[in-house]
Amino acid sequence: MLGRSANGIFWMMRNLERAENTARLLDAGFRLALTRGQSAAREEWRSVLVTIGQDVEFARHNLDYTGPSVTNFILRDRDNPGSVLAMFESARSNARTVRTAITREVWEATNESWMVLRELLSRPVRAGNLGEVLAAIRRQSTLVRGAMDGTMLRNEIFNFARIGTFIERADNTARILDVKYHLLLPSVGWVGSTLDNAQWETVLRSVAGERAYRWLNAGSMDARGIAEFLILDGRFPRSLTFCYEKLRSNMASLAREYGQETPAHELLRDAGSRMHHTNTAQIFEYGLHETIVTVIAGIKAIAEAIAADYRFTV
Amino acid sequence: MASDSSAVYDEMHDAAGSVHLAYSEYHDWLGTQQPGWLRQQSDEAERFFRRTGITFNVYGDSDGEERLIPFDVVPRIVTAAEWRKLERGITQRVRALNAFIHDIYHRQEIVRAGRLPEHLISQNDAFLPQMVGFEPPGGIYTHIVGVDLVRTGPDEFLVLEDNARTPSGVSYMLENRETMMAMFPELFTRIAVRPVSDYPRRLARSLAACAPDVASDRPVVAVLTPGIYNSAYYEHAFLADQMGAELVEGSDLRVVDGRIAMRTTRGYEPIDVLYRRVDDEFLDPLTFNPASVLGVPGIMDIYRAGRITIANAPGTGIADDKAIYSYMPEIIEFYTGEKPLLGNVQTWRCSEADALAYVLDNLKELVVKEVHGSGGYGMLIGPTSSKAELAAFAKKLRARPEQYIAQPTLALSTVPILTKAGLAPRHVDLRPFVLVSPSGIDITPGGLTRVALKQGSLVVNSSQGGGTKDSWVLED
Repeated sequence: MLGRSANGIFWMMRNLERAENTARLLDAGFRLALTRGQSAAREEWRSVLVTIGQDVEFARHNLDYTGPSVTNFILRDRDNPGSVLAMFESARSNARTVRTAITREVWEATNESWMVLRELLSRPVRAGNLGEVLAAIRRQSTLVRGAMDGTMLRNEIFNFARIGTFIERADNTARILDVKYHLLLPSVGWVGSTLDNAQWETVLRSVAGERAYRWLNAGSMDARGIAEFLILDGRFPRSLTFCYEKLRSNMASLAREYGQETPAHELLRDAGSRMHHTNTAQIFEYGLHETIVTVIAGIKAIAEAIAADYRFTV
Repeated sequence: MASDSSAVYDEMHDAAGSVHLAYSEYHDWLGTQQPGWLRQQSDEAERFFRRTGITFNVYGDSDGEERLIPFDVVPRIVTAAEWRKLERGITQRVRALNAFIHDIYHRQEIVRAGRLPEHLISQNDAFLPQMVGFEPPGGIYTHIVGVDLVRTGPDEFLVLEDNARTPSGVSYMLENRETMMAMFPELFTRIAVRPVSDYPRRLARSLAACAPDVASDRPVVAVLTPGIYNSAYYEHAFLADQMGAELVEGSDLRVVDGRIAMRTTRGYEPIDVLYRRVDDEFLDPLTFNPASVLGVPGIMDIYRAGRITIANAPGTGIADDKAIYSYMPEIIEFYTGEKPLLGNVQTWRCSEADALAYVLDNLKELVVKEVHGSGGYGMLIGPTSSKAELAAFAKKLRARPEQYIAQPTLALSTVPILTKAGLAPRHVDLRPFVLVSPSGIDITPGGLTRVALKQGSLVVNSSQGGGTKDSWVLED
């Protein structure tokens, strides 16, 4: 396949995944802000922006840190190149450039998603219909993944798509965890407070993990348990370990198809083995933030190596 | 451009209101359908097109929105006997076109014989000196042709344009049929319509048959597109997808070991046949427009070394020149020794003093076109133009007469479309798609019917608000 097509499908899936995760994060932020006073809500909205890496861009626009202004900025602001609408537009644009690499059903699901969201986001989103909009974003993204799962040949094209999904998901999960732990904790004294628990609940909600976590942990909410769940629990589809496993299997398929491994395989194997041999105690001893910073840098390096090894752009 | 309705041939009904043979079965079926249901299916068809992303971009459209070409649910129908005649005429014409282009780039016998003025070649921008003396792989210049036909009477089909360069619209032929079969499946069990769906397979086979000697048994075919902002991108992607070929952009290609190769995830892999949807001018920045980023530096050298097939061949555009068109009857006779089976539209060459005088005197009745123009841009339609427009155009004509030709305002045939008020006749043309390879000339039964949606309008171009219809050729 063309290097440009591999790049296109990789970014198509990254854009969709990021759009979906942004919607999840917004949902969690919205719930938390609802239950708090105005000044605290301001901080919540700021943390949502920090997590998705749009705090700097937002600050440039001189907007208020209120629900309506943040949600509209994140979802549909024409001046925000990282808005959910822009991500769906990019995903569709990627899909158009790789039209010959995807099935008709995948293309139609992507195109239809863009049409549905463009319509939904053509007007400012009010608090009253935010839930509906966010649900639609999650649903549309799921639809594309489902079409992919149900109709695509299991070959290199599918592997690059899945690698895009899980690179992005691993990165997003790591960021969500980091922002909560590093930025939201004003002092150690907060740990274990009601507020602290509410915020952890938010983190879980933003990765759709609140039910699974409660079910596994019988309701106890603490940093260690949640970090372990989001980093190490290979059963949870948004955990780092799960993402690494998916990256490993798809990269292994590529190595089989191409008859050789590349430097990206090496990087991924190192990262995977570090993850495999660590435990919660070690993570907190080293520092959760420090661990996550290393993980995020590692994911970025793997993504760059894949792009270079498989000639995405040059 | 309006037409005198009394002189117009309607393909469904004759003047007395009875139904022509081609439409009799369809008409019977139509009589049993509720108008509301037809309109509902028509809306459904539009949703189908949007969902599928069958859109095109209009150049100069500021918002850059992708648009749909309106689709009409009433098919355009041609009988088996009518089609056989068209096939013979098109085959003859396309054979002559290839012989003509070959001659133009070799001995120019037609000029030596005094049958075609030399300046039409030497002073033509579409003439490429780089092609002189070069023998393209398989000897084919026009691998894909989309001959535009208009009908002016029961037995009168005329060629309006040859489109030997890069005809587009074939994806609409295929999608229109898909749509009709989805909307009205029972029609296709009632009426035996010749299928068009194997066009991509035929195209792939025809292109592979033109592969250069360096190619293996399974030639690698790729479609070269200018990219997603091109008005016909949908079609480029569609054809590549249907053929199982790679869809490449200039940035994917480079010269590697004396071949044109595409950058794949495994490294550079050579291409044997490039079906390019990029104009000559942008094909090779080293040879043509140096600012082009759409092409491949050095491709002309590789081509001239016989190590890749470019379809259609560079320099075929000369056959699309409207002044050359006016000589097509002579060209056909010269190369085939036969009388043309399909007529040309009467054409005045404004470069000739007598013709210019006539055109200026009768501007209000004529259609005037630029010799190098296409897509309905830059033309004058006398009958619908204001006095000021006519005067302004006359001035342009006098200043550069050699840039223009004029044709009579034709009474194009009509086929009904479904309007809010029911069926109403609208003018149509027909573009069948022709594939040329050393193994022969292959015409897919049907083609693209373009239809002017405004009452009385004769402009069918999609860039000017025209629509399309599914085009049926009936089985014998």
